[in-house]
Amino acid sequence: MQHLRQLEDQSVYILREAYKHFDNLGMLWSMGKDSTVLLWLARKAFFGHVPFPLLHVDTSYKIPAMIEYRDRVAREWGLKLVVGQNKEALAAGMNHTLGRVTCCTALKTNGLKQLIEQKGYTGIILGVRADEEGTRAKERYFSPRDKHGDWDFRDQPPELWDQFKTTFPPGTHIRIHPLLDWTEINIWEYIKYENIPFIDLYLDKGDGTRYRSLGCAPCTTPIKSTAKSVDDIIEELRHTTVAERSGRAQDEGRGMELLRKDGYM
Amino acid sequence: MDNQTQKPSDNLNIVIVGHVDHGKSTLLGRLYADTGSLPDGKLEKVQAICRQQGKEFEYAFLFDAFLEEQEQGITIDTARTFFGWKGRYYIIIDAPGHKEFLKNMISGAARAEGALLLIDALEGVKEQSKKHGYLLSLLGVRQFAVVVNKMDLVGYRQDVFDGIEKEYREFLGQFKAVPQQIIPVSAKLGDNIANRSEQMPWYSGPTVLDALSAFRKEPGRSEQPLRLPIQDVYKFDARRIITGRVTAGRVKVGDSLVFSPSNKRATVKSIEAFNIDPPPTEGQAGQSVGVTLDEQIFVERGEVASHQDALPLVSTAFRANVFWLGRKPLERGRRYQLRVATKEVDCEVATIHRIIDTMDLAQQQGSNVVNKNQVAELTIRTKTPMAFDLSASFESTGRFVLVDEYDIAGGGIVTELVHDDQEFLREEARQRDFAWVKGQVGVEDRAQQYGHRAAIVLVTGGRHTGKSFLARTIEARLVADGRHAYLLDGENLRRGLDADLSQGERGQAAEMARRYGEVARLLVDTGLIVVSTTNPFGMAYVEAAQVIRTLVHPVPVIAVHMSKTPEEAPPNTDIVLSGPTDFDTATRRILEELKRRGVLAQAIGAKPIFQYSI
Ligand SMILES: Nc1nc2c(ncn2[C@@H]2O[C@H](COP(=O)(O)OP(=O)(O)O)[C@@H](O)[C@H]2O)c(=O)[nH]1
Ligand SMILES: [Mg+2]
Repeated sequence: MQHLRQLEDQSVYILREAYKHFDNLGMLWSMGKDSTVLLWLARKAFFGHVPFPLLHVDTSYKIPAMIEYRDRVAREWGLKLVVGQNKEALAAGMNHTLGRVTCCTALKTNGLKQLIEQKGYTGIILGVRADEEGTRAKERYFSPRDKHGDWDFRDQPPELWDQFKTTFPPGTHIRIHPLLDWTEINIWEYIKYENIPFIDLYLDKGDGTRYRSLGCAPCTTPIKSTAKSVDDIIEELRHTTVAERSGRAQDEGRGMELLRKDGYM
Repeated sequence: MDNQTQKPSDNLNIVIVGHVDHGKSTLLGRLYADTGSLPDGKLEKVQAICRQQGKEFEYAFLFDAFLEEQEQGITIDTARTFFGWKGRYYIIIDAPGHKEFLKNMISGAARAEGALLLIDALEGVKEQSKKHGYLLSLLGVRQFAVVVNKMDLVGYRQDVFDGIEKEYREFLGQFKAVPQQIIPVSAKLGDNIANRSEQMPWYSGPTVLDALSAFRKEPGRSEQPLRLPIQDVYKFDARRIITGRVTAGRVKVGDSLVFSPSNKRATVKSIEAFNIDPPPTEGQAGQSVGVTLDEQIFVERGEVASHQDALPLVSTAFRANVFWLGRKPLERGRRYQLRVATKEVDCEVATIHRIIDTMDLAQQQGSNVVNKNQVAELTIRTKTPMAFDLSASFESTGRFVLVDEYDIAGGGIVTELVHDDQEFLREEARQRDFAWVKGQVGVEDRAQQYGHRAAIVLVTGGRHTGKSFLARTIEARLVADGRHAYLLDGENLRRGLDADLSQGERGQAAEMARRYGEVARLLVDTGLIVVSTTNPFGMAYVEAAQVIRTLVHPVPVIAVHMSKTPEEAPPNTDIVLSGPTDFDTATRRILEELKRRGVLAQAIGAKPIFQYSI
């Protein structure tokens, strides 16, 4: 599995650069397959340790099994878990029927911004992948965000060889993306190869459906699939030409570009 | 097609470059469409949007994701796209061709292992065709194919193709770049992209897809001598792990390593890894590794580990070819941060030899600045010595970036070592360190025992500025604090060690400083904080201080300069004291500097435990 090792070496290098250069670092963990692989890579990079907190921006609409999984893994791996929530917006009744972009902006983007501001993080590590959708394909490994958390995609810093943007003016922060080069298949191949525990919502448990991508319950729908194991998933992905996020409502129209410009993950 | 069935073996990063509108994004879209690599409905979706907006469908829209890109019909930033073919994963990066976005093109090309360079058959070789060709070579992308596109617009004529091939090969030949292939195509109509064209029977070479398959994964880097730039040192548990990415060669358990420029040595005890059983015994080029050593030596990020028979170069100066991307021009004499592999050091441009016009590679002489998007030949000087290589021999340790304030603003490759005046002494120190006979007690053991590291406080300045008094005060204060400090006075050497020198020889500051430096080197090896002045060297203190620094390297030197009236301090001075001296404040500042540099790592009385990961 030469190609997985190559991807791993690059991600580990990026994680170690991040740890070296940022005093106040946090890693987003949504309990999905990508950020769980990212967490595993952190354990690779730091030899079984995770020297920064795992951040979960809880929209309160997550599937309950995800929260159970989160707490169990955090306990078993000795993780420092920080949970953030936009309580104000929730109290005011925010939900997806008010508009998906509106809801994501309030509960996820603003939830994350609040957390960053409260804790003063200068570097946030995220498991976004370039093959997920168009604007993520244009991301840098180290991507600066301004005082408002906005992404200026028109003027991104150069990234040369293994040299990244690690210095930044006060008040701004850097998003770090160690998984940019991984594809969905790579993620599953690696989960199999390393035997990483993952949440079983990704598998068909007999009703002929499974989740391919996990978000909030109301805005994520399972796909038709009879994949009952990681091997089945890999086999299925080798033959599919359906986009991964086809079950995610945000991606319709220009939703993602607008969301991400404002600081969405 | 047997595309999806084969299991992948490796990854290859490809970049598509060339002048704006020559068809890069179209070629990419076509490659995906013709190999069945687009997600279901993507093509139809983009076609529908085009119809709705009354625009002609463009393959380029498949990857130009930003609204602005589609509206203007140009690529602004690079997109990573993924593509599996015949047992290989490709990440294909579509670079923008517009000169305004050169920095994005460079970001895309810098991580590529192979490139496709497009030239429009109708327009011919343009400004950015040449600039991109030259930059590929500068960026170290040696495998590339030239793709002559839009052959449909020139009636698929061979003579047009031959003319472009000839002109472009001549251009590339000037810097010895040779394309793997030159392929005539029509990206729009799909000729010679994934499928062989029937329009050009005169061409029997590979298609673009064949050319991709023929690119090889970085060959031979593991067979080179070892280069392992240290990224960090971890102490999360009982293990003290030195991490880094092997950029060339191999590192094995039992290898004796030399760290440059500190010249420290140790043997690899283990290679550490998480969730690999049994643990690896070797790491090779490309891998991010962690090693433990048989001895606790203090090594830091930025040093380069190698084997003793093939050491990297060490100097404070080198000549380089640099491309500049900064908003502000690159200026001679201004401070920048230089980064070579993991080393970060302050530097300045000593000389701008020439600006290179990438249109005809003509060289313009005499400039004080390098403007945005220009390429130039420079000599760069660093504040402290660093380990590096020539880019012709080692890719990763032979290239660097320049950081201006917060931004990476340029990059380049090292073309020549520039000899500096410390070269002979540095070599003397290196040979001496390699042959150094050690006792049972190591530097780290002493540091643990004493509760501080060795260092030199060196006070420079003209006559009667209070140097001796300050040195005495510091020594007394350090000892009173429980540190092990010693005042090394030049006078004591003069009557003993230097007694064999004639009056004339004593006038030669260089030899006097060398002797002084070697004595200081012995003293710091005993774990002392040596406090000294450049008094014995009179006004030649700048030169003497440099010699002492070279000989005691890598022990930290805290340089303090004293003068009655403001004057320029020698290079690398840490603390400047001018005017009437307040000795209490001066002492406090020096102690703070010692703390900042990790010499006095802890409060007195605390159990001596050192923090290794910095
Ligand atoms: N006739 C013809 N037009 C082409 C061909 N390839 C690209 N084009 C057109 O050239 C224009 C610029 O193409 P684009 O891919 O955006 O160029 P880029 O700037 O290099 O990415 C578009 O209008 C394309 O349709 C070709 O092979 N033949
Ligand atoms: Mg384009």
